[in-house]
This record gives sequence, structure tokens and C-alpha cells, in this order.
Amino acid sequence: MRKWFLALAVVDAAMFAYAPFAINAAPYESTMLLVQKIFYFHFATWMAVTAGLTVCGLASAWYLFKGSPIADRIGVASAELVVIFTLFGLVSGSLWARKAWGIWWDWEPRLTMAFMLELIFLGYIIVRQFGGPGSEKLAAAMGIFGAATGPFIYKSVDWWRTIHPKTSVMRTLADTSGGAIMWNVVMFCVAAFLLLFGLLLAARMRLEESRGELDRLYLAAED
Amino acid sequence: MVRRVFNALVGMLLVAGPLWAQQPPNAGQSGFVPLDSMPAREQIPAAPLLLSSYAFFLVLMLFYLWTIWRRIGKVERDMQDLERRQETVKR
Repeated sequence: MRKWFLALAVVDAAMFAYAPFAINAAPYESTMLLVQKIFYFHFATWMAVTAGLTVCGLASAWYLFKGSPIADRIGVASAELVVIFTLFGLVSGSLWARKAWGIWWDWEPRLTMAFMLELIFLGYIIVRQFGGPGSEKLAAAMGIFGAATGPFIYKSVDWWRTIHPKTSVMRTLADTSGGAIMWNVVMFCVAAFLLLFGLLLAARMRLEESRGELDRLYLAAED
Repeated sequence: MVRRVFNALVGMLLVAGPLWAQQPPNAGQSGFVPLDSMPAREQIPAAPLLLSSYAFFLVLMLFYLWTIWRRIGKVERDMQDLERRQETVKR
């Protein structure tokens, strides 16, 4: 297990080392030019957030209905990763918006809902940290409802008039001139981010396992 | 006669109307436009924003890895302390 983790970590590090060269070689977008290159990590981080939401939602439901401690560990680990990747998504989006829209932030539906998602999962972590006994179930419920916001955030740009680009941007990317290269670079970055998500999830779960082991040792010592 | 004058006046109005409404052509650019007189959106340089985005990602990931490593270290130290205390009690 440890060997696999190290081997995959080396592969992922190599992918992240190569990513700037691939992004540099990708064609410029005609209206935004250089600043559009934020897109490659921006989109990839939201794919990692999507993975985190899916894992957290399923693990939370598993824990809530079956009471499995493994599911609880997966839920906590993925919720923390949702916070980390969403934070980067919000910051990178804001930096991109500064040039593309001339503003750092706008309270339009997509951005506002993404910000709310960050607050929901920060709430999850705070509940786990300070909620005391029984907070696991409350946090699991938050995990399920937090994950349920994902599809709404994704479709918000199609349902409401916003300044954020629509979801069709990605669907039509490969068909545009030079878009195939951009598509390949995006997919490469998405693969690197998903692998990073998996590695961080494994590392974070190991921490939860160690904490569980420590709690068992404390209980055994008291007996 | 009156009819001819009327037709001529109407004809002049029909021709003059569009000419009157036509916008005067823009004056040609007589020199370079300084950057600070461009709209605010055009003045923002892209490179610092792009570099900030990627640098923030690197710092965030390194910081998060450091927090995981520190927390695992703390739990392992607590385990060792507990084992030492248990051994002391046994003696």
C-alpha cells in the first residue's frame, strides 16, 4: 500500500511538473489571451471538488444508514478536501475575473453558490471539531446536503443569466479551431488533480485511522 | 406649378433627411494612445494574475500537506507517550 502511494505520488508530482509546459504550449484563447490559461487549473480543481462532493455524499449516506466507521473516515477526509479545492477554485476564479470581467468578485448565482458550498463544508469541519459526541451523524447529514448542492452549482449558469460562461463552453471546446489541443491539456490537468485528490484522501484517511487507534488505546488504558 | 414646387421640396427633404442623420466620420488617430487612458479592464496585466493563481495553488497544497504531516506526527507522539505511561504503570 505504502509502495503504491509513493509510486503514484511520484507520478502525480511529474504530471504537475509537466503541466505548466503543456499549458504554455496550448493555443491562446482569442478574446482573453494569456489570462485564460488560469482555466486549466481552475476547471481541474472544480473536477476535484466534484469528486470530493460525490465521495463525501456517498460516504455520509453510508455512515448515516449503516454506521460504518470507515465511511465516517472517508466522509471527514473528503469534506476537508472539498474545502481545500473549493478555496483554490474561488481564488483562481477571482484572479481570472479581475482581468476578464474587470472585477474581483460578483454576487451572481454561480459564484455565490460556490461560496455557499465552501461555507457548508467549513461548517462540516467545525461541527466535527467542536460538536462533541454525536457530531458524526450531524456532520454526515451536512455532507449529504452539501453534496446535493453540486448539481445546482453546475447548472446555475444555464438556469440563470450570469456573467459566468455556460456549461456548453466545455462541450464545444474540442470542436473549435485549436480546441483539441486545449481539450487534451485540460484533460491532462484534470487527471493530475484527480490523482492528487485520491492521494490526499488516502493520506487524510490514514490520519483518521491513527486517531481512531489512539482513541482505542486510551479506552483500553482506562479499562 | 405649385405641384412642381411641392414635389421638389418633398424630394429635397427626402434626400436631405438621411444626409442630416448621417454621423460625421470619426477623426483618424493622430498618435499613440497612452495605456492609462485606456479602459480600466484593458490596463490590468494578465501575467501577475496568472502567476498568482498557480503560486497560490502551490502554496496551498504545500501548506495542506504540512498540516497533514504535522497532525499525523502529533497522533504518533501521543501514542508513544501513552505506551510509555502504560509501561511505567506496569512496573
